[in-house]
Amino acid sequence: MKSIALGQFYPSESVLHRLDPRIKVILTILYIVCSFLCKNIVSFALLLLSALVLILLGRIPLKVVLRGLRPVLIILIFTAFLNIFWTKGEHLLFGWKFIQIYTEGLYAAVFIIIRITALIIGTSMLLTYTTTPIALTDAIEDLLLPLKKLHVPVHEFAMMMTIALRFIPTLVEETDKIMTAQKARGADFSTGSLIDRTKALIPILIPLFVSAFNRAGDLATAMECRCYHGGEGRTRMTVRHVRFADFIPLVLLLLLGAALIVFNIVGIGYTM
Amino acid sequence: MKDVYIKTEHLSYQYEESNFPVLRDLSVEIGKGEFVAVLGHNGSGKSTFAKLLNMILTPSSGKILVAGKDITDDSMTDEDILALRKTMGMVFQNPDNQLVATIVEDDVAFGPENLGIPSEEIRRRVDTALAEVGMLEYAKHEPHRLSGGQKQRVAIAGIMAMQPQCIIFDESTAMLDPVGRKEVMDSIIRLNREKEITIIMITHYMEEAACADRILVLNDGSILMDGTPSEIFEQEDALRVCGLNVPQCTELIHRLRHQGIELKGDCVSVEQCAELLIESLNKEEKNG
Repeated sequence: MKSIALGQFYPSESVLHRLDPRIKVILTILYIVCSFLCKNIVSFALLLLSALVLILLGRIPLKVVLRGLRPVLIILIFTAFLNIFWTKGEHLLFGWKFIQIYTEGLYAAVFIIIRITALIIGTSMLLTYTTTPIALTDAIEDLLLPLKKLHVPVHEFAMMMTIALRFIPTLVEETDKIMTAQKARGADFSTGSLIDRTKALIPILIPLFVSAFNRAGDLATAMECRCYHGGEGRTRMTVRHVRFADFIPLVLLLLLGAALIVFNIVGIGYTM
Repeated sequence: MKDVYIKTEHLSYQYEESNFPVLRDLSVEIGKGEFVAVLGHNGSGKSTFAKLLNMILTPSSGKILVAGKDITDDSMTDEDILALRKTMGMVFQNPDNQLVATIVEDDVAFGPENLGIPSEEIRRRVDTALAEVGMLEYAKHEPHRLSGGQKQRVAIAGIMAMQPQCIIFDESTAMLDPVGRKEVMDSIIRLNREKEITIIMITHYMEEAACADRILVLNDGSILMDGTPSEIFEQEDALRVCGLNVPQCTELIHRLRHQGIELKGDCVSVEQCAELLIESLNKEEKNG
């Protein structure tokens, strides 16, 4: 249980790791927009290229990146399959009885695979692999700061996220202990119908909730003792200043977006 | 006695939902830089006493003076309470339930951040505090990967970073293994000796209480005994009446005395015990 990782942060000393987390959040949003701007073959080639560049910049082993893609493999195969067999077009490539494969279908399948892959690589390289959870919550707090004017409790949300992240491993460990304890008293979680197995979870959930509330009470007292009184007048140990260099990737990504829009208007190569 | 730092006058506390008071008419003075252990069986009011000292709870009646200032006064503002909690740090029993952040150094920074201290100063304080408890090399670690004793030392560093005058330990070693307990005790003793921080340590372990300058024994919400460890542990029978023990080494010496063996001097630690025994054995050799 000790091996549980918070998020998927992969420690390394790369350009992406050093990049200001606030910029990275903005870049991620822009990157998602970019991936949906792609409509033709040149755009998708560019998107794939940008994903590869991100992997190189982040200095994350290819093995780790591919492992991150594994959970979506089924979705990838399934959507590709649907696109190949169900897209109707003009150029029939292969036809046998009711199976008809069109060139358009093949293109659509390749495009969708590139889009999903690039989306996952882009977001994980920009955020989850290269940013610590705490830096991420800080960044989100900073970016949402304007909402404070509208009385949105931004600091409180960020604090809740931090505490949640802090307590995930503790509660996982606790669940493990409770399960062992209940098993020792003869609880059975692995046989019976779905309803039986769901019911068997109740003796785990109740003690877990009770203990979580107790912990919350203790933590609140401990935080009070450490002078916590909300976000008012609070300072931070690590103050991040956006450096000039932090804007370079932003400009590059904006250029990519502009290029994609131009390609859409001009219509280079095969277009969906 | 050194200058009085904390003074309580006729302090009483009763939980709203309960019929009888947890603390009654408790008056005590604690000196600056003193190391006081508080003993008492479960429900004797030890933890309530601790929580009253930094205004987590408000007394039902009576006064508490910290550094001459009445903290139970109605004129206490929120800022005053923050200032009080800054000077009276508190470390709790469960190390998991008092760490807030996902990285050790961020957690230590939590207190000073709340106090609105400039960032460079926080950085300096965090490094000093971690060094004081010997956890500097773990600054970038995640708390859930540390041992209980290490987590508790991080919690102590988190309090130290607020630069308190006094730290209250509310059974801070109760959930630790012997190694962790020793680590934490060593840190506590060092803070008291080197940094002259007033320590109020609530504990169940007699061996730990023996390290203090002074022991308060609470029974049913009032002070039953007050004295140095050797004075307190001398009264083994009185302690047993309120469900407490004496350290094993003290008990051994007491039993030997009962057997008619002559052993002179105090004994609250294993070292003292060993010295007494060696002395007695040497004497016997000479006589025999």
